[in-house]
Amino acid sequence: MDFASFLIQLLNSVQYGLLLFMLAAGLTLIFGIMGVVNLAHGSFYMLGAYLAWSLAARLGSFALAIVVGTLLAVAFGLLLEKVLIRHFYHRDHLDQVLLTFGLIYIFEEMRSILWGDDVHGVAMPALLAASIPLTDTLSYPVYRLFMSGLCIVLAIGLYLLISRTKLGMKIRAGAFNHEMTEALGVNIRLIHALVFALGVALATVAGMIAAPISSVYPNMGGSVLIMCFVVVVIGGIGSVRGALIAALLVGFVDTFGKVLLPQVSGMLVYMLMALVLLYKPEGLFKA
Amino acid sequence: MSAPKAQLETLPRSLTLMLAVALIGLAAVPVFGADYTIGLVTSMMIMAIFAMSLDLLQGVTGLVSLGHAAFFGLAGYALAFMTPSGQAVSLWWTLPLAVGASALAALLIGFFVVRTHGIYFIMVTMAFAQMVYFLFFDIKALGGSDGLYLNFKPDAGLFDLEDKRVFFWFTLACLVATYAFLRRLLFSPFGRALAGIRANGHRMRALGFASFSHKLAAFTLAGALAGLAGYLWAAQTGFMNPELMGFHMSAHAIMMVILGGMGNFAGAIVGAFAFEYLLHLFKDLPDIGSFRTGKHWQLWMGLFIVAIVILAPRGILGLLARWLQRKETGDD
Repeated sequence: MDFASFLIQLLNSVQYGLLLFMLAAGLTLIFGIMGVVNLAHGSFYMLGAYLAWSLAARLGSFALAIVVGTLLAVAFGLLLEKVLIRHFYHRDHLDQVLLTFGLIYIFEEMRSILWGDDVHGVAMPALLAASIPLTDTLSYPVYRLFMSGLCIVLAIGLYLLISRTKLGMKIRAGAFNHEMTEALGVNIRLIHALVFALGVALATVAGMIAAPISSVYPNMGGSVLIMCFVVVVIGGIGSVRGALIAALLVGFVDTFGKVLLPQVSGMLVYMLMALVLLYKPEGLFKA
Repeated sequence: MSAPKAQLETLPRSLTLMLAVALIGLAAVPVFGADYTIGLVTSMMIMAIFAMSLDLLQGVTGLVSLGHAAFFGLAGYALAFMTPSGQAVSLWWTLPLAVGASALAALLIGFFVVRTHGIYFIMVTMAFAQMVYFLFFDIKALGGSDGLYLNFKPDAGLFDLEDKRVFFWFTLACLVATYAFLRRLLFSPFGRALAGIRANGHRMRALGFASFSHKLAAFTLAGALAGLAGYLWAAQTGFMNPELMGFHMSAHAIMMVILGGMGNFAGAIVGAFAFEYLLHLFKDLPDIGSFRTGKHWQLWMGLFIVAIVILAPRGILGLLARWLQRKETGDD
């Protein structure tokens, strides 16, 4: 592998890892703070991709589609939290698994009824459709760089939100001791609703920006969900920092595995997880 | 967040009586039922064995596995590999080998997963099952995404499994044997230790029980019994594909156990029958105008699952027991 193709694979692995982080961050936050295991998290990714496809066609602008889609996702997250998820914070994980598994079916069919079962492509915005030439034959698409850039911006934003703002302080306090925080006058229900909506929005944005490179197809949330589980398990449940490092690690192993060991590439990531479990049963960064 | 609770460990006499009557009814199905009904009920019984095997983990030990379908699929694939395309193979050595393969896989995977608990256990079992899924999905020699076909049912020598009725009774015998075995196990010292681990793992360790080896043994045994179900499934339907090991299959098994009422094995049977029946019902719904109601069966199943989790988290047996109790005590 020469340097140019190595660079391309490296950039791809970082881009994939960052995209996984956007999904896993929501999953790990929702678990870490509310104690809810959400199998339907992958569905938000799928809904995002379909939203990007249908809104971009309707509004005529990909950027506008992302903005409107994000707002819709936040509203959807708040509604879902209020109607269903809120009542499961103190239930068994088993009940949460079943509830959110039922939701996967419901979201899948909502998608089927609203948008049909066809595979769709989403056009890249013209501004980002170029490629940067690396050698005579190899080039790297600008859009993938844009994706990585946007994910980095959002990751930094998430970090600042949680560690530097008053809201972030309340979120951390709530995760640490929920009753005590409530006793101090913090509206913990609102915090929970916001964290859930934030998780939904991150997953939806990930789906929206992934749509132009991955295309849009039914059940696209399933495989991504399981990858996110692997990321969260490796990183340590509840740890956003762990999720970032684990996501980059998984992105690296998966991308280079496909190039160097294509026969067993599907299993490599799980072997990595097994290895981590053997030495650190609670993940690399226990929250 | 308490550990999931087992229900009705000792079944009320009225419930046991109802189950005994149901068993007699079940044994009579091949005598009166049409071929289609016989096949359908056979597959329900196979799912009931699968659900019971999961109940050993979920209801008795308090371990929620989202990857149990992997062991179901492995034994089925094992039978498919052992069956040559031109002739039948003997039941008597393929069954132990296939079940053994599932048990071995469960032992290996269990070695990693039973170190974790709670939410980790859910995620890790799901991830390992996905690994097994990809193994069979990616590698052409293992059938790839199309799966494998079996042309013959196993040869039992004494009786002919190609006969739908005989296969039905054989499956019923497996179901009854599995139930009897698991009920015995539930009240054995080993079963009591597992229930203790569910109720309070720390205390069990403090009492000197090796919870790791107990959980590993339970995981392996559950994997082996899931293998029995998978073997029967492959023999009945004549094909295996990776979807049978996917996470939807595992989640369906969890739903069966919940639907019936967990921790007593009878609930798993009732739940499996009810779930499979509903699945058929939803898939065969008539169209309303241009809306293809049956095609969107996942919507109805999803709504049903959500409704059950909200309304009847103790399952059918839980509702039934409460109803019977109310009738006995006379208050309403």
